[in-house]
Amino acid sequence: MRIEGRAKVTGEAKYAYEYPAEDVAYAFAVTSDVARGEVLSVRAPELPGLITVLSCMDPPDIAPVSDAELHLFQSRTVSYRGQIIAAVVAETLETAREAGRLLEIEYAPHEMDVELDADHPGLYRPEKVNGGFATELGSGEPADAFAGSPVRVDVTYATPAEYNNPMEPHATLAEWTAPDRLVVHDSNQGSVVVRDTLAQIFGLDPEHVTVVSPHVGGGFGSKGTPRPVPVLAALAARAAGRPVKLAVTRQQMFATVGYRTPTVQRVRLGADPDGRLRAVLHEAVAQTSRIREFAEQAAVATRHMYRTPNLYTGHQVVRLDVPSPSWMRAPGETPGMYVLESAMDELAYAAGLDPIELRVRNEPETDPDTGLPFSSRNLVACLNEGADRFGWAHRDPRPGVRREGRTLVGTGVAAATYPAMTMPAKARVRANEDGTFTVSIAAADIGTGARTVLTVVAAETLKAEPDAVTVRIGSSDLPRAPLAGGSMGTASWGHAVARACEALLAKLGDGLPQEAEADTADELKNRPQYARHAFGAHFAETAVDLDTGEIRVRRLLGVYAAGRILNPQTARSQFLGGMTMGAGMALMERGVLDLEFGDYLNHDLAQYHVPVCADIPDIDAAWIEEADPHLNAMGAKGIGEIGIVGVAAAIGNAVHHATGVRFRELPLTPPAVLPALAAHGLTA
Amino acid sequence: MRPFAYERAVSAEDALNRHTDDAQYLGGGTNLVDLMRLGVATPARLVDVARLPYDRIEHRADGGLVIGAAVRNSDLAADLGVRDDHPLLAQAVLAGASGQIRNQATVGGNLLQRTRCPYFQDVTKPCNKREPGTGCPAVHGDNENMAILDPSPHCVATHPSDMAVALTALDARVRVRHSGGEDVVPLARLYRSPGDDPSRDTTLRPGDLITAVEVPGRLDMPARYRKVRERASFAFALVSAAVALDVADGTVRDCRIALGGVAHRPWRAHRAEDALRGRPATEASYRAAAEAELAAAEPLSGNAYKVTLAVNVITAALAGLGEDA
Repeated sequence: MRIEGRAKVTGEAKYAYEYPAEDVAYAFAVTSDVARGEVLSVRAPELPGLITVLSCMDPPDIAPVSDAELHLFQSRTVSYRGQIIAAVVAETLETAREAGRLLEIEYAPHEMDVELDADHPGLYRPEKVNGGFATELGSGEPADAFAGSPVRVDVTYATPAEYNNPMEPHATLAEWTAPDRLVVHDSNQGSVVVRDTLAQIFGLDPEHVTVVSPHVGGGFGSKGTPRPVPVLAALAARAAGRPVKLAVTRQQMFATVGYRTPTVQRVRLGADPDGRLRAVLHEAVAQTSRIREFAEQAAVATRHMYRTPNLYTGHQVVRLDVPSPSWMRAPGETPGMYVLESAMDELAYAAGLDPIELRVRNEPETDPDTGLPFSSRNLVACLNEGADRFGWAHRDPRPGVRREGRTLVGTGVAAATYPAMTMPAKARVRANEDGTFTVSIAAADIGTGARTVLTVVAAETLKAEPDAVTVRIGSSDLPRAPLAGGSMGTASWGHAVARACEALLAKLGDGLPQEAEADTADELKNRPQYARHAFGAHFAETAVDLDTGEIRVRRLLGVYAAGRILNPQTARSQFLGGMTMGAGMALMERGVLDLEFGDYLNHDLAQYHVPVCADIPDIDAAWIEEADPHLNAMGAKGIGEIGIVGVAAAIGNAVHHATGVRFRELPLTPPAVLPALAAHGLTA
Repeated sequence: MRPFAYERAVSAEDALNRHTDDAQYLGGGTNLVDLMRLGVATPARLVDVARLPYDRIEHRADGGLVIGAAVRNSDLAADLGVRDDHPLLAQAVLAGASGQIRNQATVGGNLLQRTRCPYFQDVTKPCNKREPGTGCPAVHGDNENMAILDPSPHCVATHPSDMAVALTALDARVRVRHSGGEDVVPLARLYRSPGDDPSRDTTLRPGDLITAVEVPGRLDMPARYRKVRERASFAFALVSAAVALDVADGTVRDCRIALGGVAHRPWRAHRAEDALRGRPATEASYRAAAEAELAAAEPLSGNAYKVTLAVNVITAALAGLGEDA
């Protein structure tokens, strides 16, 4: 069970907005109604209880950081509809919202450009894509090799804007305890990065900034990089001279805290008649905003998947008058593997091969990107284990032949992968006089079970009972640690905790209390070079209603090879959560761009649909025992993201298997599916 | 937030007396309170009518029902008499919203809920229903889930209720209290086409209070409610159909067909019904009847699929009943 489980279900666990503060005031963010233009004037209403207004008419004194979204109120230029352009601070939340509504803002609107197009003249190649990866990589002669391949697939897929929308919105309580001391309770995926960012923006010694975040109600990437909320709360608190609370509304989350960029991706696969790849080309187009370059690394996973002598991967982005995209669960891998794994299914049909066999035949001996050996790679084992569990063996590959009344049924498979990163972290552990232990590390539990897993790691290393170990996380005052993101949290924190516990063990003979610390930076820097990745396989069975185009997932199975699984319960939750999000991506999630107003129209959870329980009747996750000595003290790979990777492809491939129709644009909703079924003579 | 008065009515008379031009009746609040938060509804006064003594379901010997306007949606769907005599109604109620919302929502409120058109719900954008004369961006904007039957150039929104579709098929009426007494209004006359005044969803006058829904005696024919949506629960209909079919000797003796998600009002498909009565009970007849109804469709740029969908759903739902008959 989760250590904080009882506190959470009883409401005792406090989230950022719930902390009390004496004489607290409330801020409300005011967002732009135009997609591009200039703010001409901002006029505050006469309203009892209104304390102050912040806006670009009176730019506050703050220092810039690399993300211009955080450089609040410094420019009169509006870069997208929904951008925070002012804020009001009032005695109550109700007054603040009303003041926000009554704030009169005059704009000079300009013509906007909001639509992503694979031929957009503004497309360019960023210097790097996210993660610091090369924008383009090539080996051999991919275009020629493709042209000369006997079996070819040349397909273009599109994915829409998708939203993370954690249950807890981005929220901050900011308090200036002295003119140069700032304490914030904040909802984030890493207190240290928030602290460092705030310190830089407000010109403070990082030691004078404390970020407290013991419980976080989900992030899915959207709280990984600080968004404007903590900055605005601190600005408002400084202006009001009082503690200030700020939360964005659900509607505001669709513009102010990031989303997954829409993509257009072309994949070309050239193969021999036996399915062995000769050429792989993956080109990805994505959007970013005018003020922040966010280059989704959609083609990067393709660099690690299959053996081919000729490989090209490249990215382009275009700056549009749209909200800044940001991190969303498995950024890069999620849209990229959807397309690669769909294209692999198309190649299986073109080559007349079983899609699992096709993947097995193209299994590389070493990492196609770096040539390095894999620390461990068990994709084939995952595919085989999944095939056994799912009942793949007797599958009839012919599409469109399994009919149950007015329903067509099919199954599909797709591979999954995600990097297994371990980042430097510090941890401290103390052996107390009463025989208990206290572990301290600035880790974040965003609902993943990090606190529980770190307790297990410490107890195992100390050979103590978990009950004797208290893990303190969620504060920037604790030993420095990386954020909960990139599926590296548990691996990085756990490694540091294990090392600190090992150091403590050596001291335990000298009496109590004792304390030990670890810093894993040097050790990790000197690790041998390996390609470190987790792998997995997703299997889906779908039913397609021929009268309505409704698609329901009947079964979903994920099998993973992710090193040692530290806690089966929380790991299973992570996998199932990722798979469910993948089903949402396949079947319903889509930000609807409004071309007249330039915003994403369906900006709440009544309109932006994510799966409900009824959508996921039969879901299961399993894993291969994988002993990998080249990772970290636990032998663990991160598992927060791989569960979503490839799920949409498995579902799309199953829909093709059911109907014989290949859909290349997500999501697969009745308005999209029904006309295609009709065009193929499958309805009526 | 904007200040408003909250008052709890103790009787229908009291509610009528408390109602003023800037007031709104409050049922379960599952839609109105949301709209107030969004700034779409701005009543100066809420008159709470959810606790009026209209929380009973009366059962008549012929299966007829008088459903109090304050009956919760969950209670209506769970009522054994309703499930036995009017399974169509129970199915439709259960197809709507979520368990939590159905626990809170009242029958009267369900009938009077507003469209979920994204433009209507966004006060930063024009909308003739919300602010008459400002325009309808949905006509040329995102209209994937807008109306295809009887649209107006001023409004292409759809009515969101599932329950109202079933009640339309069942020829239900509402009891309306007003200062002059009480009227009984068929649902067909309660709802209206948008025309040039889409701000009005219904023919009710300000202050009119729905106290009950009357459902005539049980239908002596099998019936079902079929709702189409991209997720399996908790989503408004793309298209829904309430159908009933009476077949004797291979011939359709009688039928009922009502549609949701296709018009500004729950849509009774009279043309389809007329086309089907007396015809052989075959899929070809069902389809021909459905096509007769949808011949009048005027799809927009993004919702032509609804024409096919409505025809298919009517056909499949009737065919399902034909098999049972």
